[in-house]
Amino acid sequence: MQEGSSSVLRQIEGSKAVAETVARCRPEVVCAYPISPQTHIIEAVGAMVRSGELAPCEFINVESEFAAMSVAIGASATGARAYTATSSQGLLFMMEAVYNAAGLGLPIVMTLANRAIGAPINIWNDHSDAMAARDAGWVQLFAETNQEAADLHVLAFRLAEELSVPVMVCMDGFILTHAVEAVDVPSQDEVDRYLPPFEPRQVLDPAAPVSIGAMVGPDAFEEVRVLAYLRQLDVLARIPELAAEFARAFGRPSGGLVSTYRTDDADLVIVALGSVLGTIKDAADARRDAGERVGVVGITSFRPFPSDAVRDALARARTVVVVEKAFSIGFGGVVSTDVAMATRDTGNSLHTVVAGLGGRPITQRALEQVISDAGGGRLGRLSFLDLDERVVERERARMMLDRRSGPTAENVLRDLGTIRVEPRGASR
Amino acid sequence: MTFQVRIHGRGGQGAVTAAEMLSVAAFVEGRCAQAFPSFGSERTGAPVESFCRISDRTIRSREPVMEPDALIVLDVTLIHQVDLFAGLAEDAFVLINTTRTLEELGLSELRGHGVPDRVRTCPATELAIAELGRPFPNAALLGGFAAQTEQVSLASVAEAVRLRFAEPVAGQNVRAAERAYQAVAHAGRELVGAPPD
Repeated sequence: MQEGSSSVLRQIEGSKAVAETVARCRPEVVCAYPISPQTHIIEAVGAMVRSGELAPCEFINVESEFAAMSVAIGASATGARAYTATSSQGLLFMMEAVYNAAGLGLPIVMTLANRAIGAPINIWNDHSDAMAARDAGWVQLFAETNQEAADLHVLAFRLAEELSVPVMVCMDGFILTHAVEAVDVPSQDEVDRYLPPFEPRQVLDPAAPVSIGAMVGPDAFEEVRVLAYLRQLDVLARIPELAAEFARAFGRPSGGLVSTYRTDDADLVIVALGSVLGTIKDAADARRDAGERVGVVGITSFRPFPSDAVRDALARARTVVVVEKAFSIGFGGVVSTDVAMATRDTGNSLHTVVAGLGGRPITQRALEQVISDAGGGRLGRLSFLDLDERVVERERARMMLDRRSGPTAENVLRDLGTIRVEPRGASR
Repeated sequence: MTFQVRIHGRGGQGAVTAAEMLSVAAFVEGRCAQAFPSFGSERTGAPVESFCRISDRTIRSREPVMEPDALIVLDVTLIHQVDLFAGLAEDAFVLINTTRTLEELGLSELRGHGVPDRVRTCPATELAIAELGRPFPNAALLGGFAAQTEQVSLASVAEAVRLRFAEPVAGQNVRAAERAYQAVAHAGRELVGAPPD
């Protein structure tokens, strides 16, 4: 463990900054299965365990993500501080255990390096994985920068253990995990002062035997669930206090329920989660220079959802545009639904822009166009940023013409020239 | 004002490390910097892009560099495979790793691209082989970049290289960077017709 009471700003990869921060939170058990783009985090933590820099800590190689979360559950239930990390399909593979960790009230901290979910297989960033776990009972915190990604882990362990809830720190895969930028990695002394030793609310102890994970019938299941809901409300109350304490202890703000940027006089506010907020702020500044009153709201705590804070932040906005890196196929926006519920009495005009799916770049230019369209009344209820409509129409037409039009993803790639295989029936 | 760099190479040549080291070189000068790769499935030999932004202010943007102020090409064979010069500004710097001339590469029109003396070639692979015994041109090209753009000093490039590599590889890369710096600085004087000092 590195010495020193004061931390130092370093130019460092996001994954490395998170790994070092996690190590300073002194996890006693780390179990993970590698998957892009989480890999660099877990490699770095593993190397610190092997070198003895992180000790005492057991790094357990597991055969799958399901095993990773199961080991984390077992470790946490015996009173050990447990950590894991995953992405995308890995999160889905461990999903049964993800729900169990929350249902059992075990304060596991997990990094989710956000990545799209297949099929079609795609290793790039969006928020589909986090949204798939939205209702599991975990706290979900989203990082805007690598500094915040590192800091949120310290806050996550504190919050998780105080309230006995698991916390997922979401950071955009590749965009943050693989970006090299300046991060002030919290020092050991700072972390030790902020994060007390883990005092479990429930523990498997041979000297005082209990069972954890009883079967609960209709007579009590609803009450157990409501108790979990009330604990999430406790989380909502506690996050601002812990964020304020973090700011005092570390000398910089990090975390919180929501963040606001130039919202005071804004007619139009863009709402988003994660690293895209940076590009959105640049776009908002550019449109402000052109005379449009634009603000930005970032949702740091997506679960529990801070309805009151979101409502307050958006109370004066006439137009709200939710830019989301996820898509509920069969409905539309995911975050938008929650924002709409939170602001239903404000009379705003709410728009969903689905953007950045499967790693498509979200550019300032496209965002400025969105702002301009929204301000001019030209933005629909649901739209897709930088969508190539010709590709969509061509496949729709093919499906109309030919019953056996074949697999959609491959057809689209062939249309784009990405793969050069003769389409079936081409000789006909 | 943010200075944006796009680096093209092939998997295994160090394009991602080059962007990272460039960001460190700017960082040690007290500037803000951000480096990131083009998020592909990395494979040896496959085209790779990496990016670096350098600014005096906090860098918030997360979009890829689409309109670079400087372009570094680690592997000239990419000319036939990817659109190396996409979004290139009129006055952008171009640094190509090659022993051939722009004319031999069929890139003579680059001479007339905006500010002509902003296009340079540099035998970075040969310098790397001479100093390291291995064809990793990235550190050498950062030396050339320092001479060409003056965005970072050669000393900062050397510091970034030493922070990234252990000896003796660090020293070898630093020497390659120094030789590339001299080569590009000297070629610059020839091109613009300034008298040698």
